[in-house]
Amino acid sequence: MTLSIFTGLLFFGSLTAGLLGALTGLGGGVVLVPLLTVFFHVDIRYAIGVSLISVIATSSGAAAAYVREGFSSVRIGMFLEVATTLGAIVGAYLATVVHTQALAIIFGLVLIYSAVVSWQQRKEAGQEVKGHSRWSDKLELSGSYPGRDGQPCKYEVENIPGGFSLMFVAGTLSGLLGIGSGAVKVLAMDRVMKVPFKVSTTTSNFMIGVTAAASAGIYLHRGLVAPGLAFPVMLGVLSGSLIGARYLVRARTAVLRSVFTLVVLALGVEMIVSGVTKWF
Amino acid sequence: MVLESGTAQNQEHGHFDDRRMEVIMGRLLQVGVLLASVVMIAGGLLYMHAHSGETPNYRVFSSEPQRLRHFSGVLAGIETGDPAALIQLAVMLLIATPVARVVFALIAFLIEKDKLFVVISAIVLAVLLYGFLRPQ
Repeated sequence: MTLSIFTGLLFFGSLTAGLLGALTGLGGGVVLVPLLTVFFHVDIRYAIGVSLISVIATSSGAAAAYVREGFSSVRIGMFLEVATTLGAIVGAYLATVVHTQALAIIFGLVLIYSAVVSWQQRKEAGQEVKGHSRWSDKLELSGSYPGRDGQPCKYEVENIPGGFSLMFVAGTLSGLLGIGSGAVKVLAMDRVMKVPFKVSTTTSNFMIGVTAAASAGIYLHRGLVAPGLAFPVMLGVLSGSLIGARYLVRARTAVLRSVFTLVVLALGVEMIVSGVTKWF
Repeated sequence: MVLESGTAQNQEHGHFDDRRMEVIMGRLLQVGVLLASVVMIAGGLLYMHAHSGETPNYRVFSSEPQRLRHFSGVLAGIETGDPAALIQLAVMLLIATPVARVVFALIAFLIEKDKLFVVISAIVLAVLLYGFLRPQ
């Protein structure tokens, strides 16, 4: 395969990954790494390096659109980024000691988990905020977002230590596997800290870029970001996610989501099986 | 221009509010990605031209040359017209984009005189700089 064909195929493959990542809300990285390793036979370390770069591009590229909606909370984001960036540094170090086949297996498990979370999100409804958390006000994490009737809906956050710890895990997974781990971040905010769903998802988008930036520098220093891959993959994922975000508003995504969740499941199983067979 | 409208808001509300901060940060991120994309397209096309006819192989892992991993090496590479160095510059711009966002938030919290969040932003910035600048 010559360079131009390889680059062209990579671009369209990455575009698809970005598109599907935006449609399911899982982000580009989760689809990109299996795509690169399973279909393009790229070493998983290269795949992770270039995926981190694409994750930053996607998160930052979508930022303006998210800001316009007025849901994201800069304070919750910044506070939890302490946990995710520290986790990301730990993850990037772990990546040097973990066997590459073990990386593939861990990745497969995260894929399956993400698919399950994506499936459950469809049934999720809004939740009531109850109780009063002293720390929520002390840490200035309480906020409000524009409600349906235009009135601001107030909210508080609960279980801050639990959310903070889970964010550290999300950061570690991001640094180890080159993904945004949006699924874990939303889980930490939405389920554990009881942050309203819309606030969780938009704030998570901002956090993903900052988290990925913490470990991307380390990957770059280690020589894990290949220029020949970075060019088509970053531009492909970015275009795909921007198209996906625009299309998402109008599309009836229920069917697409179901189909895609199955694809993610299959990729997860494939990564685990190939990881196990190559390792032993 | 964006900062000017921020100042207008400032006078209106008596403080630099979070919403204003988020709008500017969103714009900042967009500009960073746009800039990185332009450099990436230029570097990528030159790279394709320089390496046309070669067969890429990423199946076997061999880390990228030392000169393409550090800012000084990348700058030197750009001076000698190495397209790969231009791509790496785009990658560095991209990594710097969220870092710039945190720097901006730190400044905004300083203006708001919010000590707690100045400290929190400074911690995040320190971790980011550690990852970005750390020798080896």
